[in-house]
Amino acid sequence: MSSPRSGSVLDWPAVSTRAGRRTPTEAERRRSRLRRKIRDNITAYGLLCAALVVFAMFSWYPIVRGVLLSFQQVDFVNPPTWVGFDNFTRLFEDPLFGVAWRNTVLFTGFALVFGFLVPFLTAVLLNELRHARAFFRLAVYLPVMLPPVVTALLWKWFYDPGPGLFNSALHALGLPGPQWLDSSGTAMLSLVFVSTWANMGSTTLIYLAALQTIPGELYEAAELDGAGMWRRLRHVTFPQTRFVLLVLLLLQIVATMQVFTEPYVMTGGGPDDSTVTVLLLLYRYAFVYNDFGSASAMSLLLFVALGVFSAMYVRLTRRADA
Amino acid sequence: MSSSRAWGSGRALRTALAVAGVGTLIAGAAACGSSGSEASGGRVQITVTGQPPSTQPFERKVFDADVAEFEKTHPDIDVVPHEGFMDPKTFSAKLAGGQLEDVYYVYFTDPAQIIARHQAADITEAVKAVPQLADLQPRLLDTFRGENGKLYGLPTANYTMGLVYNRELFRRAGLDPDRPPATWDEVRADAKKIAALGNGVVGYADYSKNNQGGWHLAGWVYSMGGEVARKDGDKWVAAFDDDKGRAALRQLHAMRFDDDSMGSKQLLQDADVQRMMGAGQLGMYMAAPDNVPVLVKQFDGKYADYGIAGMPGGQGTLLGGEGYMLNPKATPAKIKAGLTWIQWKYLNPERFEKHVKQYADGEQPVGLPTEPTPDIWQGAVRDRQLAVKQKYANVPAENYQSYVDTATRIQGHVEPPSAQQIYAALDSVMQAVLTDRNANIDQLLSSAASKVNGVLAQVR
Repeated sequence: MSSPRSGSVLDWPAVSTRAGRRTPTEAERRRSRLRRKIRDNITAYGLLCAALVVFAMFSWYPIVRGVLLSFQQVDFVNPPTWVGFDNFTRLFEDPLFGVAWRNTVLFTGFALVFGFLVPFLTAVLLNELRHARAFFRLAVYLPVMLPPVVTALLWKWFYDPGPGLFNSALHALGLPGPQWLDSSGTAMLSLVFVSTWANMGSTTLIYLAALQTIPGELYEAAELDGAGMWRRLRHVTFPQTRFVLLVLLLLQIVATMQVFTEPYVMTGGGPDDSTVTVLLLLYRYAFVYNDFGSASAMSLLLFVALGVFSAMYVRLTRRADA
Repeated sequence: MSSSRAWGSGRALRTALAVAGVGTLIAGAAACGSSGSEASGGRVQITVTGQPPSTQPFERKVFDADVAEFEKTHPDIDVVPHEGFMDPKTFSAKLAGGQLEDVYYVYFTDPAQIIARHQAADITEAVKAVPQLADLQPRLLDTFRGENGKLYGLPTANYTMGLVYNRELFRRAGLDPDRPPATWDEVRADAKKIAALGNGVVGYADYSKNNQGGWHLAGWVYSMGGEVARKDGDKWVAAFDDDKGRAALRQLHAMRFDDDSMGSKQLLQDADVQRMMGAGQLGMYMAAPDNVPVLVKQFDGKYADYGIAGMPGGQGTLLGGEGYMLNPKATPAKIKAGLTWIQWKYLNPERFEKHVKQYADGEQPVGLPTEPTPDIWQGAVRDRQLAVKQKYANVPAENYQSYVDTATRIQGHVEPPSAQQIYAALDSVMQAVLTDRNANIDQLLSSAASKVNGVLAQVR
């Protein structure tokens, strides 16, 4: 006969018999443990419930609804009609669909080359600074504080092929000024510069924080071995910041593939569709053509594409936490 | 013991708070979207859009005064005005959330798609009670008819595209501002002379962004005597891939690259071009007369400095405008009240004089072919409106004579079906022609035509 654990006896359902108290069954014990668990944590569940309701209403429900919408045609007056893969078919038949994906991948590629290397090199330089470090940090971070639309409008003036800042400077030097946003050959690259300039502040600071965690002894040892700046960068800095670099690379892929503000404000997708991105086309389907089914189908495709990178990011960070 | 005490005080309180929090959330969510529809005393309450923003104090004052007067003369109707006009970004969301107004404003580009999506109430029967329906121009009413011939809305204003020009720059370039260009060849020659003034002055500018390029290219095609889309049996097909379309694009390309009279900065939209005109840096651009008050008010200009010519070529022009449709979920009583409001406020010959006088007394422009005298009438009512306009005219009518003379005889083309999607496809044509010296016009047109045929084939 197992003796009941102290303190838990009271929780068992007392069944009086002539023979005295009987030992509770395993099922009764499980039930009572569950009851106690609920009673002890009811406040936590209650508070968690509030957060769950908010998440469910404003995050999960829209996602589920979006997935459903991808297979429906809606007019918001009559009940939705199921159309199977019609919305996807419609997208694949749209010549702009392929163009938008190509442009988005192009933007992401360019943005990674510039938006990945430039902040890293800037962080290395800032890390090497001995004086006015705070000033330069602030200077690098300043563009992040500008609202995206303000940034876009500011750069629109920089790029003005006539009296714009860049071409005025080039003309003053006797050089021809490119058409920047007005040529399908340079428009996308011009948008990448804007995006890099606007967002590099945050990335630079993260790199800088990572660089500052590298023990100084490693550099000292490398210097004693006669390593120059590039060898120190290659054999100390890169290996030590590899994880942060990889995580930010994935985050940047996810972020840049969702580019919208710059093409929307600066080029409207032009010239000649050279800056129509997936999100800009999605926006057109939803808010210009009022075709929410196709827009949702497009967002589902983007969701799946970005989900791959997000999964990689989650796995990476989990491995780091382990 | 201790645990039971905790349960009885702190924990109980925390739990109660947590439960209350969830309850409040759920209650709040449930409360969303519920709105009353019956005003007090059994009056029918209708929500309407079209209230001008407070940044337009004069128009706002007139609108609010009209609401007050209407409610006085119609004690059984309570009008709840909502600021703003048509915002495609929020339209569907408002409809889905039960927040769309009972009477809502639309551009002529919208009705076909709205009707196809069942997002407007059928007013074919209810509208029979509206007087003066027969005095409205039939082609404008047709904009609000479905394929089934039923009526889903009413036009309240319209415009036809013309050519807005800067009289001062005309003078400086040695041109006669009282003889604006009547053909595209003349536009080209005049643009060259104006651009020759230098200092960044542009002879002629045009839009090429955010569907506005396609919209204007449609105007160009019509002006050449062409069409954007035509009915082929029971379906629509693209109709601009022809000599007319090519002529329009060649003209634009030549002005941009051969003459250099369109400036180097492209990908413009209305606000950009209006800014250039307001700053005295632009000679001409294609626009409707309602642009002139914008130029004067926003850029502190003078009416005497601007003129409007008829669409060059005189073979056709784009006809656009605005009107009101009714919420498909509105009750018959609301539809009746809504139509009463639309007729009283916008389609009311009995109030012509009062309305125009309000504008004249407020030192607003009267005499332009736009608000407060939109050109939506025909026959005797139109003559009556013209007489009122002439009586109160306070802007130099001779500056707009060319436009008025042309407007009466030029063929106006209403917007094609799925207009916005067609304009989006034509945007890229406009962009290529204005930004690429080596643009292949034939290829641009055939590629755009196949895109547009795709759009027209799946009108949904």
